[in-house]
Amino acid sequence: MDQVGLAQVSDLLVWGATTAFTIALVAWTVEMSRVAEAAQRVRGTRQRELVAAGGAPSTGAPVAAEAPAAADAPAGRARAEGIARSTTFLGLVLLLAGVVTRGLAAGRWPTANMYEFAIVGVLVAVAVLAVVQRRRTIAFLAVLVMGIAVLGLALALLVFHVQADEVQPALDSYWLVLHVGVAIMATGVFTVAFATSVLQVLRDGRATGRSHLERPWRSADGLRRWLHPLRVTGPRFAWLEQVPDARRLEALSFRLNAIAFVLWTFTLIGGAIWAEHAWGRYWGWDPKEVGTFVAWVVYAAYLHARTTRGWSGRRAAYFVYVGYAVVIANFTVINLFVDGKHSYSGL
Amino acid sequence: MVTYRPEGLDDAFTPTDGDVTGAAGGPTRPGGPDPDLPALGLRGWLRWAWRQLTSMRVALLLLMLLAVAAVPGTLFPQRPQDPAGVVEYLEEHATAGPRLDRLGFFDVYASVWFSAIYLLLFVSLVGCILPRTRVHLAALRGRPPRTPRRLTRFPARGGVTVPDAPQAVVERAAAVLRRGSSWLPFVPSYRVDVHDEGGGTWSVAAERGYLRETGNLVFHLALVGLLVSVATGQMLHYRGQAIVVQGTGFANVEGAYDTFERGTAFDPADLEPFTLRLDEFESRFDPQTLQSRDFTAHVTLTEPGGEPQERTIKVNHPLTAGGAKVYLQGNGYAPRVTVHDGAGELAFGGAVPFLPEDEVYTSRGVIKVPDVSAGQDQVGLVGYLLPTAEEWVPGWWRSTDPQPTDPLLVLSVWRGNLGLDTGVPQNVYRLDESRMEKVTDEAGDDLTLYLRPGETVELPDGLGTVTFEDLPRFVALDLRHDPALLGVLVFALLAFAGLAASLFAPRRRLWLRASPAPEGTGGDAAAAGTVVDAAGLARGDDIGLQPELDRVLDEVLGRTPAAHDRPDGGRPGRDHEAPTAAHGPGGD
Ligand code: HEM
Repeated sequence: MDQVGLAQVSDLLVWGATTAFTIALVAWTVEMSRVAEAAQRVRGTRQRELVAAGGAPSTGAPVAAEAPAAADAPAGRARAEGIARSTTFLGLVLLLAGVVTRGLAAGRWPTANMYEFAIVGVLVAVAVLAVVQRRRTIAFLAVLVMGIAVLGLALALLVFHVQADEVQPALDSYWLVLHVGVAIMATGVFTVAFATSVLQVLRDGRATGRSHLERPWRSADGLRRWLHPLRVTGPRFAWLEQVPDARRLEALSFRLNAIAFVLWTFTLIGGAIWAEHAWGRYWGWDPKEVGTFVAWVVYAAYLHARTTRGWSGRRAAYFVYVGYAVVIANFTVINLFVDGKHSYSGL
Repeated sequence: MVTYRPEGLDDAFTPTDGDVTGAAGGPTRPGGPDPDLPALGLRGWLRWAWRQLTSMRVALLLLMLLAVAAVPGTLFPQRPQDPAGVVEYLEEHATAGPRLDRLGFFDVYASVWFSAIYLLLFVSLVGCILPRTRVHLAALRGRPPRTPRRLTRFPARGGVTVPDAPQAVVERAAAVLRRGSSWLPFVPSYRVDVHDEGGGTWSVAAERGYLRETGNLVFHLALVGLLVSVATGQMLHYRGQAIVVQGTGFANVEGAYDTFERGTAFDPADLEPFTLRLDEFESRFDPQTLQSRDFTAHVTLTEPGGEPQERTIKVNHPLTAGGAKVYLQGNGYAPRVTVHDGAGELAFGGAVPFLPEDEVYTSRGVIKVPDVSAGQDQVGLVGYLLPTAEEWVPGWWRSTDPQPTDPLLVLSVWRGNLGLDTGVPQNVYRLDESRMEKVTDEAGDDLTLYLRPGETVELPDGLGTVTFEDLPRFVALDLRHDPALLGVLVFALLAFAGLAASLFAPRRRLWLRASPAPEGTGGDAAAAGTVVDAAGLARGDDIGLQPELDRVLDEVLGRTPAAHDRPDGGRPGRDHEAPTAAHGPGGD
């Protein structure tokens, strides 16, 4: 097959992966709501049992009626979860094939422009998700990561897409593999860590009964009423009681962030070495360099926050949000809207 | 639960109930200093300020400040990178511009406030790291802490009853712990102490992972080294740009550079006077997209006292010469033009670099002809070079290819005074038209010259002739000398290694106590044997702690790894987990 044909096959594979991930996203969402329902049912049953034990004879019937439904739940869940897992896996395989064919079509390592960066980044994020999910399913994590993955792939295909091609001389270096490849891996791992931190804060809010939507906001009362159903302490978030406790999520998030941070440090150092070869200076405060530096400093602050008393836990998670936002802005805003030496995206 | 505290910041290893890593957050207490206020007086206040500065809380604040302070550098044009952008910004924002300028917003990374933040951060870092280094050096010579009396409150636990004597069990455990891991057999992993606790009870205390703290300290100290190296480089460096036309040479002296910039401690007399000659320049473009694919400059390098050597310079592959690196930063065409004035005298002859403006190398340039015979007007030629010219609409030409397959010079002509002797330095790529007028043809329209290589045209009004001789290439070279480069690299890599060690090297303490089983528990005393209790504590979250404890117990007891009889079956962290029906298959 010629290069153009191969490039088209690659695009089709990535479209296929996007479709699979979309189905997986829906399935994971169903799975999450089932977990939530099951949680409520368990609680409901327990309450009714308490009432029954308290001596109200009329409640016997509903409990009996409820029992088979509760028994059903695992089977239904297994179906949604099975679909979710298999489509996630299918998407992963398709995406991997898409990335490989892309590299073959371009005749080089496929990390030279925003399109390739996005598809490889999604590949890493979903792969990390698969590893994290291996021991234990956390549907919410999958929903978040799949959401970001589908969004990322759609953006890549519709906005960032460029023809598979050779690169310009400045990119013709093995650092394209090391620096960019590691940056993508770091971004993928940061993504899963970010999702974990979101879950951690929600879980913590649920566990401690704290919700910002329940606080008396004098000025924004209408908004609060409107958002009230979304409060973390409400029934919609009952599924949170099924996820691991906040402390363990924090530990997971930290482990992922630590790995990603080391990779990010490598990206920073590798980028400086490459800049020394290609541009004649190792550091020049190019917008991309600034973005990478800011993200690095924020994650360093996160690591310090974790060991500062009163700043660990929930507050440390906020650093993860800021850090991840900087990482993503560094990829999107800086590439698309700011002129700099990194304007290689081909857009 | 017991937690492992950062050394030097706090009383390390003190078991407390406050859980630092817990989501709810531990009891709030100021980071470093103790809460009782210092005695008044200058010394007390200074000490108080120092303690504040070196506290983790202030480090955190300074780090966040540093992140925030770095952002304006991407929002506003910066003088070192984009001086033209700064000028433009100042023109567009007449009121805000100068104010921002005074506050340093157009050179953020050299501004007082940015420097203040990172310098304070580094002072804080040194103040924080030095005491920790001292503590750690002492700890390196120390012994593992003695086995705590109660082993029940630790995150990893294990226990079993065996028939062997307590001392034998403990000594086997010590041997296992001293041996280290199976794939690094020569590196002893644990520092191990065996204690006879009396009454037939023996215990072993083991600690590993000094590398973790070492790595952390190396990391922080390497950051200081990095800063110092960068600053040294700033003082000792030089950097210059020069344009070199094919067939001509360049000598490494300050005057030969188009721009030259150096650190305060570099003496330009120290420039090593090597010469470079551009022999040939090759370029390759994608035939379809016309994007650049490869540039190679073939040069002849002559170092003082050496033979001329043929070398190449490519993007990503600089040439090293005379302690400097020579980078290929740009390239283009330099049409060689000869101008004879009205008196027939040679007024100008030479190759003039035209700067490419797009990917098909539509290049703009100016030819200034000041040395005309007395009484004649000076001439300025302004226009474009098109490497592969095509007339796409009658009278309109454009370039269709970056390679010079059909080059054409399109020039307009000015006469008058070039203004070169006003004493004001001029941009060689710009014509000062204030004292000049455009030359017109007979019809009164602006005159445009179209010249192909080898062609000569006559200018109207007896101004002379212009000849386009040929089309050599030029390269824009960037020379840079920075003796601190190696230091920067070494400290960066040290920081990286230290970071990896401090995040991934596990720091663990394991204890194992073997005591005779109390009489009567199992009926007859001989069968009761020895009760073995073990516990582990790790710094930070350590998923490997319990498996390691299990492994050690297995080896001590000569068991196969499958059968564990932990008293509570508890894996670290599991104790918070409510057993529920709705776990995924992994949890069920
Ligand atoms: C240039 C400024 C600094 C940077 C970039 C920086 C970066 C880092 C990084 C990346 C880590 C992670 C390594 C680990 O967790 O073991 C770390 C850890 C640490 N840093 Fe810093 N740091 C800086 C300044 C400081 C200062 C001023 C202090 C003291 C107040 C400090 C104290 C610590 C401590 C105690 C740890 C170990 C945390 C732990 O126990 O895990 N650092 N630092």
